[in-house]
Amino acid sequence: MSTGDIVLEVENLSVTFATESGPLQAVRDVSFTLRAGETLALVGESGSGKSVTSLAIMRLTPPAPLVTLAGSVLFTGADGERRDLLALDLDGMRAVRGNEISMIFQEPMTSLNPVHRIGDQIAEAITFHERVSNRVALARAAELLDKVGIPDARRRLSAYPHHLSGGMRQRVMIAMALACNPRVLIADEPTTALDVTVQAQILELMKELQQATGMAVIFVTHNLGVVAEVADRVMVMYAGAIVEKGGVVPVMTRPLMPYTQGLLHSVPRLDPESLGRDTLEAIPGSVPDPLSLPPGCSFAPRCRHVRPACEAAVPALEAADDGHDVRCRRWRKLAEAGA
Amino acid sequence: MSSAAAIESVETARTVKPGSRAWRRFCRHRLALFGIAAIVLMVLASVVGPWLIPFDQLKIDIRHRFAPPPWEGHLFGTDMLGRDLLVRLLMAGRISLSIGFLAMIVSTAFGTFIGVTAGYYGGAIRVALMRFVDAMLCFPSIFLLLILAAFIQPSVATITLIIAATSWMEVARVVEGQVRSLRERDFILAAEMIGAPGRYVMLRELLPNAIGPIVVAATLTVARAVLMEAYVSFLGYGIQAPMASWGNMLNNAQQYLGSAPWLAIFPGLMITLSVASFNFVGDGLRDALDARLDLR
Repeated sequence: MSTGDIVLEVENLSVTFATESGPLQAVRDVSFTLRAGETLALVGESGSGKSVTSLAIMRLTPPAPLVTLAGSVLFTGADGERRDLLALDLDGMRAVRGNEISMIFQEPMTSLNPVHRIGDQIAEAITFHERVSNRVALARAAELLDKVGIPDARRRLSAYPHHLSGGMRQRVMIAMALACNPRVLIADEPTTALDVTVQAQILELMKELQQATGMAVIFVTHNLGVVAEVADRVMVMYAGAIVEKGGVVPVMTRPLMPYTQGLLHSVPRLDPESLGRDTLEAIPGSVPDPLSLPPGCSFAPRCRHVRPACEAAVPALEAADDGHDVRCRRWRKLAEAGA
Repeated sequence: MSSAAAIESVETARTVKPGSRAWRRFCRHRLALFGIAAIVLMVLASVVGPWLIPFDQLKIDIRHRFAPPPWEGHLFGTDMLGRDLLVRLLMAGRISLSIGFLAMIVSTAFGTFIGVTAGYYGGAIRVALMRFVDAMLCFPSIFLLLILAAFIQPSVATITLIIAATSWMEVARVVEGQVRSLRERDFILAAEMIGAPGRYVMLRELLPNAIGPIVVAATLTVARAVLMEAYVSFLGYGIQAPMASWGNMLNNAQQYLGSAPWLAIFPGLMITLSVASFNFVGDGLRDALDARLDLR
């Protein structure tokens, strides 16, 4: 689709938590690029490291002794300058947050401060980064509310979060995140907590805003239906590492990694042939304990196609096709067998 | 986009403000209402009363010593120097209640500062500050109070500061716990996401959400401070004669306990009434705010 300049290059990002039972590597050697105007979906089960990856890009993980970040996150700002976000000091990072990279969260019910009016909360996002008067900031907040589809925006400025429904609060969060026209928006499961009808509205809204502003979106989700709808490219994570990435069509129609295949099979369908069946094809077992990962492929214990070689060493992320990478020792064989 | 928004309900049907619900819960607490009434009455009487009574608190009248109440206009009787007891009680109320409120303000401000700092920064800063709080709590505060009072010239200001210095720890603990739990909330992450500086997060995001427990702790601190002032003055280290405080009035009364019991009974009642009232109000506020503080 629309492929602009590269705005974000994540290289070998690793996130390690210090726990009482030793270091826990929640994200391992994640690398990807993001171009202006595109949507990259980050898919995986709970605990696969997708949320931690997005928080690490914003440097919103707990501070140093508790969590250590390694690798680099190269961000190209509006001024064309490339900076490593992991090397920035706290003030430098604050100038980037909300201004050039923004984020929206899963829970709109708790992401707004209950004691402040929503207009003030949006206006603050503007005044942190631009030297404008309160009146100007509030006027811009009203424009933003209008842009995210909240009727009667000017009056709504003085509403408190508890006056609004979940979908409306998520719209306010989006307005807050987009207040300074960021180049990258990280959406961490923005529709998971919403009704299905409201989900569709929010997705539609995000698409419209993306087309209007040309921002890049990292869409974190475990909902594959949403992925097919919004993403240009998909990145599948398992146990903290990328196991497959590529364009949305090849990954969704011709997945190479057995894990991705399993994920796609475990989505309930409404087509006639699957309606008669009683059970879904679930992936057996559960996500491995990140403190004691298997020595080889971390998916091996749950994989139907496992061979002894899989359990010996961690497979590399190989390029299977143009722009389609997979981390599986046996992907060629499996593709031939037509799995 | 606008049609999409129209489908969605804009406003949930909640018309009652959280504040007015808390007020109704507070009103259901009978003792707290009694406490409020008693406090307002005591404050008003202390401020206005001495002007309305035709006696001076320092006027000595040897002919009418130990007049039992009520005696020719001396409603509460007179003391060993013939001074009107009622006017002295009210003047003492000015001193004792002022010390109570001022010590509350100082200790709440300091305790809140320590608590927010410790809760927000966490890590080594929290460990250092909160262990300091623990250490302060380990001192038997009455001895600390007496030692400090023995070295420092007693006056309203110094007694206030000394009491505040021994009573900010509870507030610090309450605030630290509150801030530490609020810190994990999504809206704090959201504030940091939009690039809020630490000062803003502490003062505008965390503090307003912790105000309920702070108010409760502050109210209980007034009761404690009034009691502390009474202790210190009773033992002779606090407010000095001829200035009256409820504590030193008790002190003066003890040798006449058998012959003129009203000299001890009235200041004792005032101390009991004020301390109990502040505690009742604190309890009522806790029920109204703390238990089900509606954050949504």
